[in-house]
Amino acid sequence: MRKNGRRCKRITYNEEWRKFMLNVKNLTVKRSGRDVLNDITFKASNGNWLMLAGPNGAGKTTLIGAISQSLPYLGEIEIAGKNAAFVPRKKIAGFIGVLEQTNYVNYPFSVYEIVSLGRYSYQTGFFKVLNAEDMEKIDTALNAVGMYHLKERSILTLSGGELRRAFLAQVIAQDPQIIILDEPANNLDLQYQKQIFELISKWIEDTGRLCITAVHDLNLARAFGTHALLLQGGKLFGYGKAHEILTGNNLADVYSMDVNAWFEFLNDAWRK
Amino acid sequence: MKRENFSLANYIFFCAATIAVFLVCLCVGSVGISPANVFQSVLSFLTGGDIGTAPAGKIIVFVRLPRVICAALTGATLSVCGAAMQGLLKNPLADGSTLGVSSGAALGAVLAIALGGAMPFFANAGIVPTAIIFAFVSLFAIIALANKLDSGLAANTIILTGVVFSMFANSLISLIISFSGEKIKPIIFWTMGSLADANYSNALLLLIAFLTASAVIIKNAAELNACAIGEENARHVGVNVKRVKLLILIASSAAIGICVSVSGTIGFVGLIVPHITRLLTGPNHKRLLPASAFFGAYFLMLADLLARFALSPRELPVGVITSLIGALMFLSVFYRASRNK
Repeated sequence: MRKNGRRCKRITYNEEWRKFMLNVKNLTVKRSGRDVLNDITFKASNGNWLMLAGPNGAGKTTLIGAISQSLPYLGEIEIAGKNAAFVPRKKIAGFIGVLEQTNYVNYPFSVYEIVSLGRYSYQTGFFKVLNAEDMEKIDTALNAVGMYHLKERSILTLSGGELRRAFLAQVIAQDPQIIILDEPANNLDLQYQKQIFELISKWIEDTGRLCITAVHDLNLARAFGTHALLLQGGKLFGYGKAHEILTGNNLADVYSMDVNAWFEFLNDAWRK
Repeated sequence: MKRENFSLANYIFFCAATIAVFLVCLCVGSVGISPANVFQSVLSFLTGGDIGTAPAGKIIVFVRLPRVICAALTGATLSVCGAAMQGLLKNPLADGSTLGVSSGAALGAVLAIALGGAMPFFANAGIVPTAIIFAFVSLFAIIALANKLDSGLAANTIILTGVVFSMFANSLISLIISFSGEKIKPIIFWTMGSLADANYSNALLLLIAFLTASAVIIKNAAELNACAIGEENARHVGVNVKRVKLLILIASSAAIGICVSVSGTIGFVGLIVPHITRLLTGPNHKRLLPASAFFGAYFLMLADLLARFALSPRELPVGVITSLIGALMFLSVFYRASRNK
């Protein structure tokens, strides 16, 4: 098992990467002897919005942890044709940006300071001063999430939706090839849910890059995802186009319930 | 927008204030010496001239000057390390002694006092070298233990290991005290912290400790910002979190170990000064760290002035003064800050 790979500096290039930004081969993650993820293999290309779906404990967050090189794993993860285990931490940040499920901050950093941290991997020198390009990227990101006017506000005074958007701006300022979001709309009111999903949709459209998102809400997965990866108990149940994977039959198997009937029931409630 | 970095003007202003506080502390003392005399003695000492046979010159050059220098350096080191640890561990209750190294140093010093220099392996070792050896041994023992328990060095593991080690060292100190007989008074006085024994070789030691630790810490200001916002987040933006942790922990704990070895456990400075500074500069370590160092220097210089002057000729333990003033100051600043929110 490799640990955030620093074993050797060899970086292998694979020409296939021009087609597939992310290439996961036989990924297995063990935690206290148990397989949390078992032999996951898939490829994802630029411009896709890949939704990770599956019930609680299926391994969505673990898969995100492994791809972002935060967890030890078996198997191989190639990002842009390079074996990610051999790429230094600071370089990884140029390829993968992650929005965590929750962000809990203790100290009154300003929104601008949080977002400017996204430029960390580009900064050099003793004092790591922001240059003109950094500032431009930060301003663009702040504008994209509609928080430019709040940039001097303390992070401790923000609402839940504003906090998520601030950290989303950090990921956008980081300007990575792949954005990974873990439950970006969790615990958010509907207007913020809509706002964040539309924002990401626009980011993919503008940059033509890859976004991977773990979601509970299958409606969101089906509505926004171009591709979907369905996990069940740490195993890959299905991977492909969203409308081919997120089907009534598949979901009924994975969730052990008639998901279609449940959604019908919920929708009917609005027609009464 | 606020400047992110400490500007040159800031540095000049803070340095000028340092010199002012320094001169006040040099001129005021239990023996009244006129400022003109003070300057004359210092000047002739610096230029290698004769300081005269009068006691005033000797007091200034061999007692007060090294003592004020030691106070400034100790205060600056304690504060900058405290600020770094609070950011690194994302815990406002952390300070330079969180890792437990200062307890290890205290154990060494207490042992040296109790045995009166008759140590089994290094005979006639002074208090300071013994304490420093104990500080470094404990530093590596604690880091090795924490690394063994959790190779990711999570903040909680570090804090718990430090608390356990401190308890262990403190119980050994209590054990030594209970067997120490008539040595109990110097031991107790030492554990309360005092700068009375300051001399130039200690000052040099502190200067090296301060410069090394603060260079490492200030170089990692951006990384500390990331860690203070969140460890996982820091990893995702590209910070090598484990490397930063090891660097900061070792640099600040080694410096704190040296401070404790020289001047005893001076509590509260490393906890309070960074908090007060944070209320003024905000949590960004690029401003917080240098400002903390300056405020720490002022704070300890003035506290030491109070310790030797308030009830002169009787001298108070400076650790008691810092805790007393620190608690009151913090309450008032915190109260005002929360009212203005």
